[in-house]
Amino acid sequence: MLFSENFKIALRALRANKLRSVLTILGIVIGVATVVALLSIGTGATASITSDIQSSGANLLTVSPGRQSGFAGGGQSRQSSYIYYSDYELLERALVGNVTAIVPSYQSNYTVKYGAESFSVNVTGVTEKYQEVHSYKVATGRYITDSDNNAEARVAVLGSQTATDLFGSLIPIGKIISINGLKFEIVGVLESEGSSGFGSNDDAVFIPLETGYIRLYGSTAMHNDKKIVNSIAVSVTTTELMDTVSAQIQYILRRSHKLAPTADLDFNVQNQTDILDTLSSVTQTLTIFLGAIAGISLLVGGIGIMNIMLVSVTERTKEIGLRKAVGATKNQILAQFLIETMTLSLLGGIIGILLGVGIASVFTLTGLITAVITVDSILLAFFSALLIGVFFGIYPAFRAANLHPMVALRYE
Amino acid sequence: MIQMENLTKVFQMGDSEVRALDGASFTIEKGEMIAIMGPSGSGKSTLMSIIGCLDVPSSGRYILDGVSVENLDETQLAEIRGQKIGFVFQQFNLLARTSALENVMLPLTYAGVSGRQRNDRALKALEHVGLADRTRHAPNELSGGQQQRVAIARALVNEPAILLADEPTGALDSKTGVEIMDLFQSLHRDQGQTVIVVTHDAYVARHTTRIIKLSDGKIVSDEVNHHPIKAGAPRPEEVI
Repeated sequence: MLFSENFKIALRALRANKLRSVLTILGIVIGVATVVALLSIGTGATASITSDIQSSGANLLTVSPGRQSGFAGGGQSRQSSYIYYSDYELLERALVGNVTAIVPSYQSNYTVKYGAESFSVNVTGVTEKYQEVHSYKVATGRYITDSDNNAEARVAVLGSQTATDLFGSLIPIGKIISINGLKFEIVGVLESEGSSGFGSNDDAVFIPLETGYIRLYGSTAMHNDKKIVNSIAVSVTTTELMDTVSAQIQYILRRSHKLAPTADLDFNVQNQTDILDTLSSVTQTLTIFLGAIAGISLLVGGIGIMNIMLVSVTERTKEIGLRKAVGATKNQILAQFLIETMTLSLLGGIIGILLGVGIASVFTLTGLITAVITVDSILLAFFSALLIGVFFGIYPAFRAANLHPMVALRYE
Repeated sequence: MIQMENLTKVFQMGDSEVRALDGASFTIEKGEMIAIMGPSGSGKSTLMSIIGCLDVPSSGRYILDGVSVENLDETQLAEIRGQKIGFVFQQFNLLARTSALENVMLPLTYAGVSGRQRNDRALKALEHVGLADRTRHAPNELSGGQQQRVAIARALVNEPAILLADEPTGALDSKTGVEIMDLFQSLHRDQGQTVIVVTHDAYVARHTTRIIKLSDGKIVSDEVNHHPIKAGAPRPEEVI
């Protein structure tokens, strides 16, 4: 008895109850589609976060306020802690030679207006090197310079999305916008960075940090009469020096913040690899978690198939008896029903894979996330479906194969 | 050909034992046309399933075509059924939504006959029962008589040693029933096919040349029928 014969029998049996077959495989379809879509979206998110972080320089250390915690800049625990502009000046002097750039920045949300357009956006006060450290590319005009800072110039550089939101297709260079009621001249627009796991860098306004302190931030950027910064980015000359520089920063800031040698740090020094590791493990955990949920739905789908196959075996008891009467062996009946279940689950698997790829593609089209459909995820889904077919098919098939031919023939 | 020695079949029904067959012995020669008769509960169905290798006796010997079958395992019994027995059932037992041709091909499929040969032999069998023009029809497109002919073609396609018919006319009107009995008689007469008809209907039984009567699992009579009814001849009550 050839496989193709059994396959033909299976298709005929499934066609005989079309609606039932469709409903039966729905569980597998949904399960497989979820596995494929989630894995694709998860892989895509991980890839985009990774490339984001790597594009902003591999030798980067980021100093941010907050007590030591696992996640990037997240731990404003117990009591507020601050990093001061004076810390930056200290570091700049001390680290000379080991670093290519050291950049303070201060971020806050302000209302930005041009004509009738008005919305709240993240305004970052920066120095000239900020562009280099974060690998930003200027589309038109120029970036913030040191002379802008020295002159406390009221100039601004826009992220590509903010430029579009404010000016549409107009060229923004030379236009005057108002930030929190203060007038700034646009001197440059950045190229689009694309989407990332954190939300877009394209929604941003950059101004000279000095201008910010003097004219915009007011007392919010002051603590104990000292200027504060949100973060200091330190670009180290070589990867080998990362640990040394990190230790130097901790030593200098510990002294500057007058922390006892045994006290916890009130700031974080993180390098890109740390952040990358943390984020990858988070996205991986999420992917596994969601995958497990999809796996449960596959399991439920499998139970559904088994249930229907048991009904089918009962319904077709007479057919099984007849097949045995005309010479079918136990193994042939077993193969027939096993192949029928596997046909169901594989059909569900294939439709599910197509649906999953479709869902992932829709996600990519919406621009939220670039889903990456991997061969691995498709193979995983396919073989899960196959495995479920075998696992949940075996019991009904054994039931069919073990029917007594005489009893089966007389079954009403 | 068929040799039964002291067959018994005991079923366990809860606490009590039911002796469905209680020491039946007989021999059937090749080319005989024979009826096994008895009321329901007489053990004729049990006897049929043992003759047809659907079941094995509790004790006794059964030699079919020189092979002792009472101790064969399930797979071996399935092979014997496929090769030596052709079944015809009261309810035809054709596969639904499956053409007459494919129904007839079924035993050949399980016997491992190749596709082309399978097709040719099934066509020949259908021709033989007068259904050459109905090969593509599904059972629900055929009359009861035609369905039973398809079932007979299926039973014959493997050239079995025994054609074993269980109440073959039970689901048919009398006219069609006569046609089916006529077909059996011609198979017996023209090809020397061994035919065993299991029935409770004495009129059907009288179409054969030998009648075995069963009661309570025992053979109560085993007689040659010297003047079998020729199928198509008027029924006795119609004569009057």
